[in-house]
Amino acid sequence: MKIPLSYSFRNLWTRKLTTIMTIVGLALVVFVFSAILMLANGLEKTFVGTGSDQNAIVLRQSAESEALSSVSLEEANILSTMPEVALGADGKPLITKEIVTMINLPKRGASENDLSNVIVRGVSAAGLVLRPQMKIVEGRMFNFGASEIIVSKGIQQSYTGVDIGSMVKFGGRSWKVVGLFDAGKTAFASEMWADNDQVRQAFNRQGFAVVIFRLKDKEAFASIKSKIAADPRLNELKVLHEQEFYAAESETLATFIRILGLMVTIIFSFGAMIGAMITMYAAVANRTVEIGTLRALGFRRRSVMFAFLIESLFLALIGGVGGLLIASLMQFVTVSTTNFTTFSEIAFSFEMSPRIIITTLIFSLVMGFVGGFLPSFRAAKLNIISALRSA
Amino acid sequence: MKIFKLIFRNIFRHKLRAALTVLGIAIAVMAFGLIRTMVGAWYAGSEASAPDRIITRQAVSFIFPLPLADRDQIVRVPGVKEVTWLNWFGGVYKDKNNFFARMACDPASFTDIYPEYKVTPTELETFKKERNSCIVGQKLADLYHFKVGDVIPLDGDIYPGKWEFVVAGIYTGEKPTTDVSAMYFHWDYLNERITQTQPSRANNVGWYVIKIANPNEAATVSERIDALFKNSSAETKTETEKAFASGFIAMSSAIITGLQLISYVIIGIIFLVLANTMIMTARERIREYAVLKTLGFTGKHIALLVFGESLLMALIGGVIGIILLFPISAGVAKGMTQFFPYLAIAPSTIGIAVLFSILVGLVAGFFPATRSMRIKIVDGLRQIG
Repeated sequence: MKIPLSYSFRNLWTRKLTTIMTIVGLALVVFVFSAILMLANGLEKTFVGTGSDQNAIVLRQSAESEALSSVSLEEANILSTMPEVALGADGKPLITKEIVTMINLPKRGASENDLSNVIVRGVSAAGLVLRPQMKIVEGRMFNFGASEIIVSKGIQQSYTGVDIGSMVKFGGRSWKVVGLFDAGKTAFASEMWADNDQVRQAFNRQGFAVVIFRLKDKEAFASIKSKIAADPRLNELKVLHEQEFYAAESETLATFIRILGLMVTIIFSFGAMIGAMITMYAAVANRTVEIGTLRALGFRRRSVMFAFLIESLFLALIGGVGGLLIASLMQFVTVSTTNFTTFSEIAFSFEMSPRIIITTLIFSLVMGFVGGFLPSFRAAKLNIISALRSA
Repeated sequence: MKIFKLIFRNIFRHKLRAALTVLGIAIAVMAFGLIRTMVGAWYAGSEASAPDRIITRQAVSFIFPLPLADRDQIVRVPGVKEVTWLNWFGGVYKDKNNFFARMACDPASFTDIYPEYKVTPTELETFKKERNSCIVGQKLADLYHFKVGDVIPLDGDIYPGKWEFVVAGIYTGEKPTTDVSAMYFHWDYLNERITQTQPSRANNVGWYVIKIANPNEAATVSERIDALFKNSSAETKTETEKAFASGFIAMSSAIITGLQLISYVIIGIIFLVLANTMIMTARERIREYAVLKTLGFTGKHIALLVFGESLLMALIGGVIGIILLFPISAGVAKGMTQFFPYLAIAPSTIGIAVLFSILVGLVAGFFPATRSMRIKIVDGLRQIG
């Protein structure tokens, strides 16, 4: 016969203080555990969302990041005449030749010398068409041929001197901020955009950094890849799916956050498991007579063990859900740090996902199981007569 | 003195519970120490810097190169004693996870400006003479079993192609804080090949390291250097070596803050584990405390009993945790060589861990101690369970 679940659950409330303390301990561990997963997930999502699976990006073969890549004018021109490049409504190829460079800007609230690197991207007219996630939310788009820039809303909020109408100095010129854009949760949200030819002239570059274009159809990627490899004029270049490229940019940092965070969490989850174990051992010790009574009534050893294990799993589940609830509040927090692949600042937020919820709940149940196993085993092992006598 | 015997005996009445509590505290203290050690590893670079060295880099970011021609102008700046330069090579040694710093240097000026890197005179001689040679740090040599004469193959990414360097010497550090986990090879060798394969990138320098005559002049010399290149296509930023290293730390400030927050969460967990045990213990012993009061012991004695037990457990756990920290951090350093080549446990970490153990011991004992102290004899004796 089974012991009813309510027995296990109600027992938790007989000693509230101890139960609450154990739950809080478990919840703290779960909170850190899921917050770290959310952080790594948010970072990856930002970069994956930056690229589109319909676009391809061409870089110099040796370049790991856009800023270190270079594509010459000739190479860019050859690429724009390729039949694999999709055409826009106006019949022009959907291709953007971009310059990616960085400038220093002071963060709001930081000292004057505390500068962070912000990406400045020079784009062709097709640049906006290729990134439908980009929208101008205030002011207007920059005019091609003018020294004007548009700034991401996120950058405008966290840096000084980039509000609409203000002048930003870089590349030996002053640039007027004419608009703010919203790029959702993408890496573009940490950038400033301008006319590619203006940026190229200002920084005195011979060519562009990368070329990005819309693929005509699914087969176009393979065909352009083999063309680039075979063409002696282009074989110093490589072509990648845009989405894959940006995902790879976040890989190092995301792995770092995961490994570091999980290692630390796993070590101190032992602390919480031990807390649960102490609580459960005490629960067993305090209820020795009760256990004896249950056994005398005919409940099996298995049922007793099950009842205590369930109690411990309840503890863990409440802790796990509590921890997840606190962690989900972190979704409103945006973190900004340097991405060591590009050496520029990148803003991203904690991002919850169903997978994280499941992983976290499993993690907390494992803690409850490990913590509760030995105490329940002890409860099941008790001898009826000595248990009843122990009062 | 009797009371201490009682405290001691009390702890071991519930052997299992005491052992578990101590273990829980030990693990948490160890995790706390580990995080502080990791954060410390970040700052190690800035602490090892010399006051008489300043660094000139491209104004926006050191990922953009400077022309080698700048050197001739920098050397002539008043207050500058000597100039050397370094290029970050990047690359992959066998596997992406085998990360260590690989840099191209000018051996003659490099060894002058960095006297803290010690190589034997014969090894130095070979390093200067052989164009494809390199020197590696002692810790690096230990980790990958590099010996003098070995060939280190690298796959270039920033500088594409297959590269091979012969180990000419293994350098050691003058002080324990000196970084001995990097590899240095000839800049000339690198430049020669790049001149052939990618002529547009020839004669590029990652950053200049400048030895100045008087450390107090660092600011003025820096200004003079930056003024030289103002409004050129490659403006520079010159700062002390310490500031340069701190720049790297500031880049990951969000991660460091996160780690520090986690370390406080850990203290919270130690507290919860210990407080839980003490509350349970005190509850079980209420009758005993009533008996003690009947015998004439005052509330103070009983509070002392509870506090003493809590403090003693925290301390034992703390000490075990600190002992565990040493093998664990060595293991972590090994598992995460990609990010932390080496972890050194600072004495301050040990001090703070002990301090927190004491603090947690006191706070965790506070609630049960006050409750036990105040109990009325009659109520206590009446209590069951």
